[in-house]
Amino acid sequence: MPAINKIVLDPLSDNNPVTVQMLGICSALAVTAQLPTAFTMSLAVTLVLCGSNTIISMLRNVIPPKIRMIVQMVVIASLVILVDQCLKAFAYEISKELSVFVGLIITNCIVMGRAEAFAMANPPKESFLDGLGNGLGYSAVLIIVATIREILGAGTLAGIQVLPSSYPGNGLMVIAPGAFVIIGLLIWLQRSITKKYEEA
Amino acid sequence: MGHLIDIFVRSIFVNNMILAYFLGMCSFLALSKKVDTAFGLGMAVVFVLGITTPLNYLIYNYLLKPNALVEGVDLSFLNFICFIAVIASTVQLVEMLLDRFFPPLYNSLGIFLPLITVNCSILGGSLFMVERNYNFLESTAFGFGSGVGFFLAIVALAGIRNKLRYSNIPAGLRGLGITFILTGLMALGFQCFSSVSLLVP
Repeated sequence: MPAINKIVLDPLSDNNPVTVQMLGICSALAVTAQLPTAFTMSLAVTLVLCGSNTIISMLRNVIPPKIRMIVQMVVIASLVILVDQCLKAFAYEISKELSVFVGLIITNCIVMGRAEAFAMANPPKESFLDGLGNGLGYSAVLIIVATIREILGAGTLAGIQVLPSSYPGNGLMVIAPGAFVIIGLLIWLQRSITKKYEEA
Repeated sequence: MGHLIDIFVRSIFVNNMILAYFLGMCSFLALSKKVDTAFGLGMAVVFVLGITTPLNYLIYNYLLKPNALVEGVDLSFLNFICFIAVIASTVQLVEMLLDRFFPPLYNSLGIFLPLITVNCSILGGSLFMVERNYNFLESTAFGFGSGVGFFLAIVALAGIRNKLRYSNIPAGLRGLGITFILTGLMALGFQCFSSVSLLVP
Protein backbone atom coordinates (compact mmCIF):
# COMPACT_ATOMS: atom_id res chain seq x y z
CA MET A 1 0.00 0.00 0.00
CA PRO A 2 1.51 3.30 -1.09
CA ALA A 3 -0.01 5.30 1.79
CA ILE A 4 1.68 3.14 4.39
CA ASN A 5 5.01 3.32 2.60
CA LYS A 6 4.66 7.07 2.64
CA ILE A 7 4.00 7.20 6.38
CA VAL A 8 7.15 5.23 7.09
CA LEU A 9 9.48 6.65 4.45
CA ASP A 10 8.55 10.33 4.53
CA PRO A 11 10.17 11.10 7.90
CA LEU A 12 13.44 9.50 6.76
CA SER A 13 14.42 12.48 4.65
CA ASP A 14 11.72 14.78 3.24
CA ASN A 15 10.06 15.32 6.59
CA ASN A 16 12.89 14.32 8.90
CA PRO A 17 12.03 15.07 12.54
CA VAL A 18 15.43 16.55 13.39
CA THR A 19 16.54 18.46 10.32
CA VAL A 20 13.16 19.55 8.92
CA GLN A 21 10.58 19.48 11.70
CA MET A 22 13.21 20.78 14.16
CA LEU A 23 12.10 18.40 16.92
CA GLY A 24 14.15 16.52 19.47
CA ILE A 25 17.40 18.28 18.85
CA CYS A 26 18.59 18.31 22.47
CA SER A 27 19.25 14.62 22.78
CA ALA A 28 20.30 14.28 19.15
CA LEU A 29 23.44 16.23 19.92
CA ALA A 30 24.32 15.17 23.42
CA VAL A 31 24.68 11.43 22.86
CA THR A 32 26.50 11.47 19.53
CA ALA A 33 30.14 11.65 20.62
CA GLN A 34 30.36 7.87 20.07
CA LEU A 35 28.46 5.36 17.97
CA PRO A 36 27.32 2.87 20.67
CA THR A 37 25.57 5.51 22.83
CA ALA A 38 23.94 7.04 19.77
CA PHE A 39 22.70 3.62 18.70
CA THR A 40 21.23 2.83 22.12
CA MET A 41 19.56 6.20 22.28
CA SER A 42 18.03 5.76 18.80
CA LEU A 43 16.67 2.39 19.83
CA ALA A 44 15.19 3.80 23.05
CA VAL A 45 13.55 6.75 21.30
CA THR A 46 12.13 4.57 18.51
CA LEU A 47 10.65 2.16 21.06
CA VAL A 48 9.08 4.93 23.13
CA LEU A 49 7.78 6.67 20.02
CA CYS A 50 6.12 3.51 18.62
CA GLY A 51 4.67 2.64 22.02
CA SER A 52 3.34 6.08 22.88
CA ASN A 53 1.85 6.62 19.42
CA THR A 54 0.05 3.27 19.53
CA ILE A 55 -1.28 3.69 23.08
CA ILE A 56 -2.39 7.29 22.61
CA SER A 57 -4.05 6.44 19.33
CA MET A 58 -5.99 3.62 21.01
CA LEU A 59 -7.07 6.00 23.76
CA ARG A 60 -7.75 8.92 21.47
CA ASN A 61 -11.55 8.65 21.60
CA VAL A 62 -11.76 8.50 25.38
CA ILE A 63 -9.25 11.22 26.31
CA PRO A 64 -11.06 14.43 27.26
CA PRO A 65 -9.51 17.20 25.12
CA LYS A 66 -8.86 19.48 28.09
CA ILE A 67 -6.51 17.13 29.90
CA ARG A 68 -4.97 15.44 26.85
CA MET A 69 -1.51 16.89 27.56
CA ILE A 70 -1.43 15.34 31.02
CA VAL A 71 -2.60 11.98 29.70
CA GLN A 72 0.06 12.05 26.98
CA MET A 73 2.71 13.00 29.55
CA VAL A 74 1.77 10.10 31.82
CA VAL A 75 1.82 7.57 28.97
CA ILE A 76 5.19 8.82 27.72
CA ALA A 77 6.73 9.05 31.19
CA SER A 78 5.67 5.48 32.04
CA LEU A 79 7.20 4.16 28.80
CA VAL A 80 10.42 6.05 29.47
CA ILE A 81 10.62 4.65 32.99
CA LEU A 82 10.27 1.14 31.50
CA VAL A 83 13.05 1.78 28.98
CA ASP A 84 15.28 3.31 31.66
CA GLN A 85 14.82 0.36 34.04
CA CYS A 86 15.54 -2.11 31.20
CA LEU A 87 18.71 -0.26 30.26
CA LYS A 88 19.86 -0.21 33.89
CA ALA A 89 19.24 -3.95 34.14
CA PHE A 90 20.74 -5.14 30.85
CA ALA A 91 23.18 -2.47 29.68
CA TYR A 92 24.38 -0.74 32.81
CA GLU A 93 27.59 0.72 31.32
CA ILE A 94 25.78 2.45 28.47
CA SER A 95 22.97 3.65 30.72
CA LYS A 96 25.62 5.31 32.95
CA GLU A 97 27.06 7.06 29.91
CA LEU A 98 23.66 8.24 28.69
CA SER A 99 23.05 9.58 32.24
CA VAL A 100 20.15 12.03 32.31
CA PHE A 101 19.40 11.85 28.61
CA VAL A 102 17.24 8.74 28.85
CA GLY A 103 14.97 10.61 31.26
CA LEU A 104 14.93 13.54 28.91
CA ILE A 105 13.16 11.45 26.26
CA ILE A 106 10.02 12.52 28.18
CA THR A 107 10.50 16.14 27.18
CA ASN A 108 11.80 15.19 23.75
CA CYS A 109 9.53 17.15 21.46
CA ILE A 110 9.41 14.35 18.86
CA VAL A 111 7.39 12.10 21.15
CA MET A 112 4.95 14.81 22.29
CA GLY A 113 4.80 16.35 18.83
CA ARG A 114 3.92 13.12 17.03
CA ALA A 115 1.39 12.14 19.71
CA GLU A 116 -0.33 15.49 19.35
CA ALA A 117 -0.04 15.85 15.58
CA PHE A 118 -0.61 12.30 14.37
CA ALA A 119 -1.74 9.79 16.99
CA MET A 120 -4.64 11.93 18.25
CA ALA A 121 -6.22 11.83 14.79
CA ASN A 122 -5.33 8.43 13.31
CA PRO A 123 -5.99 4.74 14.03
CA PRO A 124 -3.41 2.65 15.97
CA LYS A 125 -1.85 0.87 12.98
CA GLU A 126 -1.00 4.06 11.09
CA SER A 127 0.12 5.71 14.32
CA PHE A 128 2.50 2.84 15.04
CA LEU A 129 4.00 3.18 11.56
CA ASP A 130 4.27 6.94 11.96
CA GLY A 131 6.14 6.37 15.23
CA LEU A 132 8.41 3.85 13.52
CA GLY A 133 9.11 6.20 10.61
CA ASN A 134 9.91 9.17 12.80
CA GLY A 135 12.00 7.02 15.11
CA LEU A 136 14.02 5.78 12.13
CA GLY A 137 14.41 9.32 10.78
CA TYR A 138 15.73 10.42 14.16
CA SER A 139 18.03 7.40 14.34
CA ALA A 140 19.42 8.12 10.86
CA VAL A 141 20.52 11.62 11.86
CA LEU A 142 21.95 10.40 15.17
CA ILE A 143 23.95 7.63 13.56
CA ILE A 144 25.33 9.83 10.77
CA VAL A 145 26.41 12.53 13.24
CA ALA A 146 27.88 9.97 15.65
CA THR A 147 29.83 8.25 12.87
CA ILE A 148 31.38 11.53 11.71
CA ARG A 149 32.16 12.66 15.24
CA GLU A 150 33.71 9.39 16.35
CA ILE A 151 35.87 8.92 13.24
CA LEU A 152 37.14 12.50 13.21
CA GLY A 153 37.31 12.83 16.98
CA ALA A 154 39.07 9.66 17.97
CA GLY A 155 39.85 7.81 14.73
CA THR A 156 37.70 4.87 15.87
CA LEU A 157 34.28 3.51 14.99
CA ALA A 158 32.32 1.79 17.76
CA GLY A 159 35.65 1.39 19.57
CA ILE A 160 37.51 -0.20 16.61
CA GLN A 161 40.46 1.71 15.14
CA VAL A 162 39.67 2.75 11.55
CA LEU A 163 42.08 5.57 10.86
CA PRO A 164 45.84 4.83 11.20
CA SER A 165 46.87 4.93 14.85
CA SER A 166 49.13 7.90 14.13
CA TYR A 167 45.93 10.00 13.79
CA PRO A 168 46.08 12.36 16.77
CA GLY A 169 42.31 12.80 17.22
CA ASN A 170 40.46 16.06 16.83
CA GLY A 171 39.34 17.31 20.24
CA LEU A 172 36.89 19.78 18.70
CA MET A 173 34.70 16.95 17.42
CA VAL A 174 34.30 15.41 20.85
CA ILE A 175 33.10 18.56 22.61
CA ALA A 176 29.80 20.40 22.11
CA PRO A 177 30.75 22.94 19.39
CA GLY A 178 31.73 20.16 16.97
CA ALA A 179 28.25 18.65 17.22
CA PHE A 180 26.55 21.95 16.47
CA VAL A 181 28.70 22.64 13.42
CA ILE A 182 28.31 19.12 12.01
CA ILE A 183 24.54 19.14 12.29
CA GLY A 184 24.48 22.61 10.71
CA LEU A 185 26.50 21.35 7.75
CA LEU A 186 24.28 18.25 7.50
CA ILE A 187 21.19 20.45 7.22
CA TRP A 188 22.94 22.49 4.52
CA LEU A 189 23.74 19.33 2.57
CA GLN A 190 20.19 17.98 2.88
CA ARG A 191 18.57 21.24 1.82
CA SER A 192 20.90 21.61 -1.13
CA ILE A 193 19.87 18.15 -2.33
CA THR A 194 16.14 18.46 -1.70
CA LYS A 195 16.06 22.14 -2.79
CA LYS A 196 13.66 22.97 0.01
CA TYR A 197 14.88 26.28 1.35
CA GLU A 198 13.77 28.31 4.33
CA GLU A 199 13.26 32.05 4.15
CA ALA A 200 15.82 33.86 6.27
CA MET B 1 29.45 30.39 50.71
CA GLY B 2 32.32 30.49 48.23
CA HIS B 3 31.33 26.98 47.25
CA LEU B 4 27.79 28.09 46.37
CA ILE B 5 29.02 31.05 44.30
CA ASP B 6 31.33 28.65 42.49
CA ILE B 7 28.40 26.35 41.57
CA PHE B 8 26.37 29.39 40.48
CA VAL B 9 29.10 30.83 38.24
CA ARG B 10 30.07 27.47 36.79
CA SER B 11 26.48 26.64 35.87
CA ILE B 12 26.24 29.94 33.97
CA PHE B 13 29.49 29.83 32.04
CA VAL B 14 31.09 26.40 32.14
CA ASN B 15 28.21 23.94 32.36
CA ASN B 16 25.84 26.11 30.37
CA MET B 17 22.58 24.21 29.79
CA ILE B 18 22.46 25.00 26.07
CA LEU B 19 26.06 25.33 25.01
CA ALA B 20 27.51 22.42 26.97
CA TYR B 21 24.60 20.01 27.49
CA PHE B 22 22.32 20.85 24.55
CA LEU B 23 19.27 21.10 26.81
CA GLY B 24 16.35 23.29 25.84
CA MET B 25 17.53 23.47 22.23
CA CYS B 26 14.06 23.30 20.70
CA SER B 27 12.73 26.51 22.20
CA PHE B 28 16.22 28.00 21.96
CA LEU B 29 16.14 27.64 18.17
CA ALA B 30 12.46 28.37 17.64
CA LEU B 31 12.16 31.50 19.77
CA SER B 32 15.45 33.27 19.15
CA LYS B 33 14.36 35.22 16.11
CA LYS B 34 13.62 38.42 18.05
CA VAL B 35 15.41 39.86 21.06
CA ASP B 36 12.25 40.68 23.07
CA THR B 37 10.72 37.21 22.78
CA ALA B 38 14.10 35.73 23.69
CA PHE B 39 14.20 38.04 26.70
CA GLY B 40 10.71 36.94 27.83
CA LEU B 41 11.47 33.25 27.46
CA GLY B 42 14.82 33.67 29.24
CA MET B 43 13.18 35.38 32.22
CA ALA B 44 10.54 32.66 32.46
CA VAL B 45 13.20 29.93 32.41
CA VAL B 46 15.25 31.62 35.17
CA PHE B 47 12.09 31.84 37.25
CA VAL B 48 10.88 28.27 36.80
CA LEU B 49 14.31 26.58 36.99
CA GLY B 50 15.10 28.54 40.17
CA ILE B 51 11.92 27.24 41.81
CA THR B 52 11.57 23.67 40.53
CA THR B 53 15.12 22.45 41.15
CA PRO B 54 15.04 22.99 44.95
CA LEU B 55 11.41 21.78 45.04
CA ASN B 56 12.29 18.55 43.27
CA TYR B 57 15.25 18.22 45.64
CA LEU B 58 12.82 18.14 48.56
CA ILE B 59 10.52 15.64 46.80
CA TYR B 60 13.37 13.35 45.83
CA ASN B 61 15.06 13.36 49.22
CA TYR B 62 12.01 13.13 51.47
CA LEU B 63 9.71 10.93 49.38
CA LEU B 64 11.48 9.01 46.64
CA LYS B 65 14.99 8.20 47.83
CA PRO B 66 15.58 4.62 49.03
CA ASN B 67 14.44 4.38 52.68
CA ALA B 68 13.16 7.96 52.71
CA LEU B 69 9.45 7.39 53.19
CA VAL B 70 9.22 3.83 54.49
CA GLU B 71 12.25 1.80 55.57
CA GLY B 72 13.27 -0.61 52.81
CA VAL B 73 11.17 0.93 50.06
CA ASP B 74 12.90 2.42 47.03
CA LEU B 75 10.63 4.66 45.00
CA SER B 76 13.38 6.34 43.01
CA PHE B 77 12.16 4.72 39.77
CA LEU B 78 9.19 7.08 39.97
CA ASN B 79 11.41 10.15 39.72
CA PHE B 80 10.68 11.06 36.08
CA ILE B 81 6.93 11.04 36.52
CA CYS B 82 7.08 12.98 39.80
CA PHE B 83 9.48 15.59 38.49
CA ILE B 84 7.41 16.28 35.41
CA ALA B 85 4.25 16.57 37.53
CA VAL B 86 6.00 19.02 39.88
CA ILE B 87 7.23 21.06 36.94
CA ALA B 88 3.83 21.17 35.24
CA SER B 89 2.06 22.22 38.42
CA THR B 90 4.72 24.77 39.37
CA VAL B 91 4.40 26.37 35.97
CA GLN B 92 0.63 26.52 36.40
CA LEU B 93 0.98 27.98 39.90
CA VAL B 94 3.56 30.57 38.88
CA GLU B 95 1.29 31.54 36.01
CA MET B 96 -1.69 32.13 38.30
CA LEU B 97 0.35 34.02 40.92
CA LEU B 98 1.91 36.28 38.33
CA ASP B 99 -1.46 36.94 36.74
CA ARG B 100 -2.88 37.97 40.11
CA PHE B 101 -0.01 40.00 41.57
CA PHE B 102 2.32 41.11 38.75
CA PRO B 103 0.16 41.59 35.63
CA PRO B 104 2.83 43.53 33.67
CA LEU B 105 5.36 40.71 34.07
CA TYR B 106 2.66 38.15 33.27
CA ASN B 107 1.74 39.94 30.07
CA SER B 108 5.34 40.23 28.97
CA LEU B 109 5.97 36.50 29.49
CA GLY B 110 2.71 35.60 27.73
CA ILE B 111 2.68 32.27 25.93
CA PHE B 112 6.18 31.29 27.04
CA LEU B 113 5.23 30.32 30.57
CA PRO B 114 3.07 27.26 29.69
CA LEU B 115 5.57 26.21 27.01
CA ILE B 116 8.27 25.86 29.62
CA THR B 117 6.77 22.63 30.94
CA VAL B 118 8.18 20.79 27.94
CA ASN B 119 11.52 22.58 27.96
CA CYS B 120 14.23 19.96 28.43
CA SER B 121 16.44 22.26 30.46
CA ILE B 122 13.95 22.34 33.35
CA LEU B 123 13.66 18.56 33.69
CA GLY B 124 17.39 18.32 32.96
CA GLY B 125 18.12 20.65 35.89
CA SER B 126 16.28 18.34 38.28
CA LEU B 127 17.89 15.19 36.88
CA PHE B 128 21.40 16.67 37.10
CA MET B 129 20.65 17.71 40.67
CA VAL B 130 19.90 14.06 41.56
CA GLU B 131 22.88 12.70 39.65
CA ARG B 132 25.36 15.11 41.26
CA ASN B 133 24.00 14.72 44.80
CA TYR B 134 23.61 18.43 45.47
CA ASN B 135 22.24 19.53 48.85
CA PHE B 136 19.36 22.01 49.17
CA LEU B 137 21.38 25.23 48.91
CA GLU B 138 23.57 23.85 46.16
CA SER B 139 20.57 22.82 44.09
CA THR B 140 19.06 26.29 44.50
CA ALA B 141 22.30 27.88 43.31
CA PHE B 142 22.54 25.37 40.47
CA GLY B 143 18.92 25.82 39.31
CA PHE B 144 19.15 29.58 39.40
CA GLY B 145 22.56 29.68 37.70
CA SER B 146 21.44 27.35 34.91
CA GLY B 147 18.46 29.61 34.29
CA VAL B 148 20.71 32.65 34.01
CA GLY B 149 22.97 30.70 31.64
CA PHE B 150 20.00 29.88 29.39
CA PHE B 151 18.90 33.53 29.49
CA LEU B 152 22.37 34.74 28.51
CA ALA B 153 22.70 32.29 25.62
CA ILE B 154 19.26 32.87 24.10
CA VAL B 155 19.46 36.67 24.26
CA ALA B 156 22.95 36.62 22.73
CA LEU B 157 21.81 34.34 19.89
CA ALA B 158 18.75 36.49 19.20
CA GLY B 159 21.03 39.52 18.93
CA ILE B 160 23.27 37.76 16.43
CA ARG B 161 20.31 36.49 14.38
CA ASN B 162 19.02 40.05 14.17
CA LYS B 163 22.27 41.10 12.52
CA LEU B 164 22.13 38.09 10.17
CA ARG B 165 19.25 39.62 8.25
CA TYR B 166 21.71 41.91 6.54
CA SER B 167 24.11 39.21 5.46
CA ASN B 168 24.20 37.09 2.36
CA ILE B 169 23.92 33.43 3.37
CA PRO B 170 23.89 30.46 0.92
CA ALA B 171 20.28 29.40 0.31
CA GLY B 172 20.56 25.94 1.87
CA LEU B 173 22.16 27.29 5.03
CA ARG B 174 19.48 29.89 5.74
CA GLY B 175 17.42 29.54 8.89
CA LEU B 176 18.17 26.40 10.85
CA GLY B 177 21.57 25.57 9.33
CA ILE B 178 23.31 28.86 10.04
CA THR B 179 21.77 28.99 13.51
CA PHE B 180 23.41 25.68 14.38
CA ILE B 181 26.78 26.86 13.15
CA LEU B 182 26.40 30.10 15.10
CA THR B 183 25.54 28.18 18.25
CA GLY B 184 28.62 26.05 17.65
CA LEU B 185 30.80 29.15 17.48
CA MET B 186 29.18 30.51 20.65
CA ALA B 187 29.80 27.21 22.41
CA LEU B 188 33.42 27.39 21.29
CA GLY B 189 33.63 30.86 22.82
CA PHE B 190 32.20 29.61 26.10
CA GLN B 191 34.79 26.83 26.20
CA CYS B 192 37.37 29.41 27.23
CA PHE B 193 35.64 29.64 30.63
CA SER B 194 36.12 25.94 31.24
CA SER B 195 39.04 26.29 33.66
CA VAL B 196 37.29 28.96 35.74
CA SER B 197 37.06 28.00 39.38
CA LEU B 198 36.36 30.31 42.29
CA LEU B 199 37.37 27.76 44.89
CA VAL B 200 40.59 28.56 46.69
CA PRO B 201 42.85 25.56 46.04
